[in-house]
Amino acid sequence: MKRRDALKSMVLMMGGTMVGANVILTGCAPEDRIEGLEFSERDVAFLDEIGETIIPTTDTPGAKAAEIGAFMVVMVKDTYNKEQQEIFVEGLNNLRKEFKDQIGSDFVGASQDERTNFLNQVNEKAKAEAEGRQGPHYINMLKDLTVLGYFTSEIGATKALRYVETPGRYDPCVEYKKGDKVFAL
Amino acid sequence: MANQSYDAIVVGSGISGGWAAKELTEKGLKVLLLERGPNVEHIKDYHNASKAPWEMPHRGRRTVELTENHPNLRRDYVLNPLNIDWWAHESDSPYIEKKPFTWFRGYQVGGRSLLWGRQSYRLSDLDFEGNLRDGVAVDWPIRYKDLAPWYSYVEKFAGISGNKDGISHFPDGDYMPPMPMNCVETDVAKRFKERFGDNRHFIHARVANITQPLPGRAGCMYRNKCSLGCPYGGYFSTQSSTLPAAVATGNLTLRPWSIATRVLYDKDTKKATGVEVLDAETNETIEYNAKVVFLCASAFNSTAVLMRSATDIWPEGLGSSSGELGHNVMDHHFRLGANGTAEGYEDKYYFGRRPGGIYIPRYRNVGDDKRDYIRGFGYQGSASRSGWSRNIAELSFGAALKDALTEPGPWSMGMTAFGEILPYHENTIKLSSEEKDKWGMDVLVMDAEIKENEMKMRKDMMNDAAEMLEAGGLKNVQTYDSGYTMGQGIHEMGTARMGRDPKTSVLNGNNQVWDAKNVFVTDGAAMTSSGSQNPSLTYMAMTARAADFAVSELKKGNL
Repeated sequence: MKRRDALKSMVLMMGGTMVGANVILTGCAPEDRIEGLEFSERDVAFLDEIGETIIPTTDTPGAKAAEIGAFMVVMVKDTYNKEQQEIFVEGLNNLRKEFKDQIGSDFVGASQDERTNFLNQVNEKAKAEAEGRQGPHYINMLKDLTVLGYFTSEIGATKALRYVETPGRYDPCVEYKKGDKVFAL
Repeated sequence: MANQSYDAIVVGSGISGGWAAKELTEKGLKVLLLERGPNVEHIKDYHNASKAPWEMPHRGRRTVELTENHPNLRRDYVLNPLNIDWWAHESDSPYIEKKPFTWFRGYQVGGRSLLWGRQSYRLSDLDFEGNLRDGVAVDWPIRYKDLAPWYSYVEKFAGISGNKDGISHFPDGDYMPPMPMNCVETDVAKRFKERFGDNRHFIHARVANITQPLPGRAGCMYRNKCSLGCPYGGYFSTQSSTLPAAVATGNLTLRPWSIATRVLYDKDTKKATGVEVLDAETNETIEYNAKVVFLCASAFNSTAVLMRSATDIWPEGLGSSSGELGHNVMDHHFRLGANGTAEGYEDKYYFGRRPGGIYIPRYRNVGDDKRDYIRGFGYQGSASRSGWSRNIAELSFGAALKDALTEPGPWSMGMTAFGEILPYHENTIKLSSEEKDKWGMDVLVMDAEIKENEMKMRKDMMNDAAEMLEAGGLKNVQTYDSGYTMGQGIHEMGTARMGRDPKTSVLNGNNQVWDAKNVFVTDGAAMTSSGSQNPSLTYMAMTARAADFAVSELKKGNL
């Protein structure tokens, strides 16, 4: 039995999923891997920094303040199917490794510019290669979850947007000045 | 348990059943209102209605488990984790799709009145005379004048907001002030008028959301969360409107968890004597007696009750002597239209989330217009400004993306067509002889599809949408057709149609079953043709009219 098959049957026997199994076999350092859907505190912190890079703190709090990492973990576990989970976990593992290979430091320890530039490179590459790809790219998953999680969070909805739970009336046509915030919801 | 007697039994507590219960109790009858599912108490049981987005599990997105457990609901936007308790449990209550059919069922007190789209339009003689004019199916036994006063009656009580537009084939009703059009819609309406004159009309949606208070109902708060239940009674539902009125009479007994298995029929008197009920929690069978029975269980379930009744006399069930019970399944075909962007409104916005929009009533095959199909379609639409959820692919991650998404994006306008489906005899439902539901009841087999007339109509439905948006000044107009299979309109109709002849119809012009005159069917099952208008308002009017007739007949000793 090949090693991969052996591993597969072991995972199946234990009732686990095969998510991340490809990553386990890619040879990156064991302490850097996300296995299955077991996200460690370190992984959540990693996701927090990714989210913060996509939606940073400006004059309003960023995605990290909205606990975006923990949000992403819940969403990936509950709303992603197996294939999507695999793409997400494998993408994260690759991101971690490639960032270190290219920049020379961990993503979490790098400067904001380094992170932003790197993620935008990944994003540009994903856009350029979109036509030939089947299924989603992990960078789009990260963007989607960050945008959703941030703007529906209490911090995002009430500080970055205008949150009016009960408008109580409908004004069909009001003046809008550049800089006025969009309504949440 | 001993038999229990009432003056009337109403089966189903949705839009039609709620109205039947209100009207019959207010006229002094002791009424038993049966509901197959659990109770849902107004306000108290609207668990997600007032949650902030960050309090909602998965922020309202579907989980994999939810999708897997709802193979039918997941076909459409309707599957929503925030109100999933108000849709029938699919594995408890399966059905068989001989042809694709998506059946959206609300099995709880209030039924789909909690979840409906609230668009409320009258039919007209363009619709009531359609079958006769076109030589299709059978003639409606009623005309607009028969229903008009009842439309007014239910509109005033339910609370419909809308504008009186004076369109002869699309009658005005008794409305509260409409929810206004926004800046873009107002300008589109002007250009539309210049282009189409009196041939086509771009009007305010007429919706069962109240713009003025009604007793016990504060009115619409412009939250646009109707389908989670409205704590302000902003829209018409059984809970907000008809049920409190029925309860106030002291004449109502509401019995949740009560599946009506069959109408009890006495062949000597040729009348119903009551209803047999299966308690959905205890599986106990109970018989209730009544002088009058109203079936308002939603179109297909009302027909299924008839199919299970009096089978010792008619093997295919009560009302089957016509050969039409279970036939002529209809719906509204839709999921196509167009959208475009509105330029030059960057300095305009709106306040509040309006649960309505605009409507374009049917104009095809009206007056001198003549197409290569019969009947027509209407459109629902609205213009809005996009928010944070828009995709801005060109922007880089970081402050630029964040800043852009915190401001409103471009305006766009979209519209969706809803088309009439003809009553085809061969479009049927029937009881399965093989598969049973959780309670051992035969499940329904759906065998229905749209045909050539509808397929031809769909070309116009899509292309006209683009033409009208362009005439309205929208740019980058794109058409779409997401495909349609029966049931997706959530307007299932027919299967126990009204008519003038017991040989070709199940019900007469007063919604009485020809073969049992004290049994009334007043929900979508009764429809002889579908029109293109959203049908619930017609069920309300038909139910109030039939209840009035039933009580007057009872008093005369005729039932």
